[in-house]
Amino acid sequence: MKHLKAIIASIALFVMFAGTTVQAKVEIQWWHAFGGRLGELLDEQVNKFNASQNKYTVVHTRKGNYSETLNAGIAAFRAGQHPNILMVFEVGTASLMAAKGAYVPMYQLMKDAGQSFNPKGFVSAVSGYYTTTDGKMLSMPYNSSTPVLWVNKDLMKKAGLDPEMDLSTWKRVGNALDAAKAKGIDMPFCTCWHSWVHLENFSAYHNIPFATKANGFAGLDTELSFNSPVHIKHIQTLGKWAQEGKFKYMGRRNEAGKNFRAGECMLMTESSAGYAGIKKEAKFEFGIRHLPYYGGTEAPQNTIIGGSSLWALSGKSKEENKATAAFLAFLSKTDIQAKWHQDTGYLGVTTAAAKKTKSSGFYKSNPGTDLAGIQMMRNKVTQNSKGLRLGSFDQIRGIIDEEMEGVYSGKKTAQVALDSAVRRGNVLLRRFERANK
Amino acid sequence: MEKRVFFKGWWLPALLVAPQLLISFVFFFYPSGQAIWNSLFLPDPFGLKTEFVGLDNFRFLLSDPYYLASFKTTVIFSTAVSVSSMALGLYLAALADRLIKGAGVYQTLLIWPYAIAPAIAGVLWLFMFNGNIGLASYYLKALGYEWNHTLKGDQAMFLVILASSWGRISYNFLFFLAGLQAIPKSIIEAAAIDGASFWKRFGTIVIPLLSPITFFLLVVNIVYAFFDTFGVIHTITSGGPEQSTTILVYKVFSDGFVSQDLGSSAAQSVILLVLVGILTVIQFKYIERKVHY
Repeated sequence: MKHLKAIIASIALFVMFAGTTVQAKVEIQWWHAFGGRLGELLDEQVNKFNASQNKYTVVHTRKGNYSETLNAGIAAFRAGQHPNILMVFEVGTASLMAAKGAYVPMYQLMKDAGQSFNPKGFVSAVSGYYTTTDGKMLSMPYNSSTPVLWVNKDLMKKAGLDPEMDLSTWKRVGNALDAAKAKGIDMPFCTCWHSWVHLENFSAYHNIPFATKANGFAGLDTELSFNSPVHIKHIQTLGKWAQEGKFKYMGRRNEAGKNFRAGECMLMTESSAGYAGIKKEAKFEFGIRHLPYYGGTEAPQNTIIGGSSLWALSGKSKEENKATAAFLAFLSKTDIQAKWHQDTGYLGVTTAAAKKTKSSGFYKSNPGTDLAGIQMMRNKVTQNSKGLRLGSFDQIRGIIDEEMEGVYSGKKTAQVALDSAVRRGNVLLRRFERANK
Repeated sequence: MEKRVFFKGWWLPALLVAPQLLISFVFFFYPSGQAIWNSLFLPDPFGLKTEFVGLDNFRFLLSDPYYLASFKTTVIFSTAVSVSSMALGLYLAALADRLIKGAGVYQTLLIWPYAIAPAIAGVLWLFMFNGNIGLASYYLKALGYEWNHTLKGDQAMFLVILASSWGRISYNFLFFLAGLQAIPKSIIEAAAIDGASFWKRFGTIVIPLLSPITFFLLVVNIVYAFFDTFGVIHTITSGGPEQSTTILVYKVFSDGFVSQDLGSSAAQSVILLVLVGILTVIQFKYIERKVHY
């Protein structure tokens, strides 16, 4: 019955719209992962594009979270029902890159469509993630963020601490947590995206390899290496804090953000893009700080990005590809980028957008919003701080999540957990290498 | 006396079994064949290329200690779901059977949860036990019990068992109630007149007479716990923490549809297929003998 209804409804829709599609407006599909405030802002961009010209129409659809969107795109590709543009989070980048033939590389797409497009206009720390080793840009950076430390200043005061105190190193953070715990604060520390912050960015920030072969940029035969003494020291510290009730683990993704926004958590490591939600919901004074590091190392180097890029999937007509190129070129315009940066807390991914934001005085009136950009670009990028390019990385993150949960619950030492995560992750890397020879 | 009916000719019997054969082929033999075939290959996620790897997918699986651990998880989970939902179903049915007033209302309310899809049931329970906003976790905390199923494996397991059993209690209740009502009152009354207590009557008359239904429910519940619960697990724990709620079918789902590793997922389906085959044979060969029809 359900099917019958669906068929009738789709026939009715078809009849209704058949008349309008005759006018030669090319329609393209964009699948993405943004709901809530970000979804509204994305919708605004699409409407702006659709209103700005009369040749193309972009239709956007939310397909769930990042992983779900990627999977929906892949499944649709196998069935030949894929969209023109797919949002892929940074973790899926290597999987897409290896799937030659599934996408039209960005430089190619722009060239074929005759769009003027300057990859050099993007901040290199961002575009490097999506560019081949020989300098060809494969996908278009959309939203990029980097982790920072969020501070609930009211709780700091309650803990008898100076809300402006130095929190640049993990040791100082530890002292602050001790003080908070002593004053009975229930959740001194929490984190979102713990693998991304405390292993992936941690590695780049301390200039140590997360994986061999330049974190996977130099070849598929890469092996994980995040079980070095520095890594172990940090994860062991987190485990100790969890045991002592100073760090509360709320989940693998950004679950802890809720606790911070509700004013329960004093210090939180989370993406700079937490800004949109925190600004809207927090009923306390908050501050933004650089991600802490360990003194006595070469740190801080620079942090790496998280977020997504847009891929033009293959198998579409020339006309549709032209529409895709026009839309993506539109998105990289300076005023669109600057607005996105200021509204969301994502980085300004083009140099022009960052400049424009600065000259508009935005950073002055919103202190701390420039920290993420500074933190990413503070030093010349090294092999260890360029980013990650690892196959099956969504799965590997799942393994890391599991093993680190073992540390927080006190079942495993950091050494055992990280060794095991490296070993299990390497099995998947070999499997990926084999499937993508 | 067994009655045997013989058909003349072959087309009528062929026609009569054809729908069943067709359904078996379309919904069982064809997909199983596909699973076996796919388990021998290592395809890339996009389906652009694929490589024949023989039994490597199976080797890959059986050398993974977490996969082996998920067998144990599956046994614990399935047993707990089947036993708890059947015991509670029977208990409620026995109570509802003795009702004189308002039986219809109670029965309807007790059957209600069965109408809720597993994934939605999962979300409901997750809401109650959510560490941020859950009522249950809030009261537990007030009582001094720290609830955090994102980190504590036993709590996570408890929660998925609870959410999976909940809807099943209704289903089991319905069958047990029908079974209880089919038992002739005269037998029970005769035993009562002979001086048998309630528990004596329950143990020696009701339970044996319910055995065909109990057996049927056992098979159906185990199949349910094995195959239909991944929606609950996906919404509540996604198999975590540390794979402590990753049962076999959830791993098939997550490796295939979340991780896009179709070769490994197919190999797991084949293993699961064999396992359930063996289980069914055991059930019918050994347990069914004890059933009185």
